[in-house]
Amino acid sequence: MPATETPIWQQELWGALRASGVQQVAYVPDAGHSHAIREAIADPHITDVVLTTEEEGVAVVAGAWLGGQRAALLMQSSGVGNCVNMFSLLDSCRFPFLALVTMRGEYAEFNPWQGPMGRATEDALKLMGINVLRADTPDDVAETVSAAADAAFLAGERVAVLIGQRLIGRKIWKKDSK
Amino acid sequence: MNTATSNLDRRELVASLLAAVPEALVVTGLGNPTYDVHATAPDRAGVFHLWGAMGGAVPLALGLALAQPERQVVVITGDGEMLMGIGSLGTVAASRPSNLSIVVLDNGHFGETGMQQSHTSLGANLGEIAAGFGIGVVLRINGLDDVDDLAKHIQSQSGPVFAHAVIATGEQPRAMPGRDGAAAKNSFRAHLGLAPL
Repeated sequence: MPATETPIWQQELWGALRASGVQQVAYVPDAGHSHAIREAIADPHITDVVLTTEEEGVAVVAGAWLGGQRAALLMQSSGVGNCVNMFSLLDSCRFPFLALVTMRGEYAEFNPWQGPMGRATEDALKLMGINVLRADTPDDVAETVSAAADAAFLAGERVAVLIGQRLIGRKIWKKDSK
Repeated sequence: MNTATSNLDRRELVASLLAAVPEALVVTGLGNPTYDVHATAPDRAGVFHLWGAMGGAVPLALGLALAQPERQVVVITGDGEMLMGIGSLGTVAASRPSNLSIVVLDNGHFGETGMQQSHTSLGANLGEIAAGFGIGVVLRINGLDDVDDLAKHIQSQSGPVFAHAVIATGEQPRAMPGRDGAAAKNSFRAHLGLAPL
């Protein structure tokens, strides 16, 4: 675990999510979400739900709304592909939905296996009726998350925020790795 | 494993269970469990029927149980639907919602699609899988006599509970609840005193 400082945008992302009134945060981890996940686990007013696959999270946040709570799903772009049929639940029932998706396969990506789903992430979401917003600079993140939360929880929309890989930066390897 | 020797009637089991836990909120997995619950309790409020989203019954009920910690939440689903979302048992075990109970009606077959054998006819034991994921209370339901014990576990909210009900394979007439998901969501929320949005 590298002892790097949490980027400001990750702190602001959590601030915007917390301010949106979410009480459940379901996630499959990603490095770009590590601050939010740590905060969700530490916050006594938020229930964190670690998932075995992202599609579970679609159903968890729908169930939370059914029971009167706001919830968000945090995942990496590869996870969007795991969700596709479960997204039917959102459209069929008009559930509000907020997902924050950290992108892979689009900027300084070292792993070619991230490419196919990364390139399809935005279209896959749109095909399933989910509105897509993007945040590509640190200054955009909090405002975009806040706007997406309003659309989800006030207007009842289904919204995903894609967080550009450029924000997350190049993967830093130890000197001895190849 | 289900070797299909049970003569436990699914509708009798569901009717008996629902009558024993009148306060429980209920989530049904698509296919026969949705029809079973509607056939035996057509006017019951606080029931959310899934018509799709296969594999989603347990995680949806998990989000509901976490949002309504004072209420009993019961999932009634089938072996096929459970298998498609099998990892959600691990998620439930990790979350430890004491008010969530999962009842799987296991006939060892995909009943909705022509009674093909499922994995539970071919070696898988759902109760052992649930225990292996770390769910602390795992019950085996072999007959109506076992409903009392299950109902006590549901009502004491000492879960999460996994109840593995091995049922007969016989088909039942379909009893279809409304298919409008938005209406179902809104009426469920209304039962809890919540506005549509």
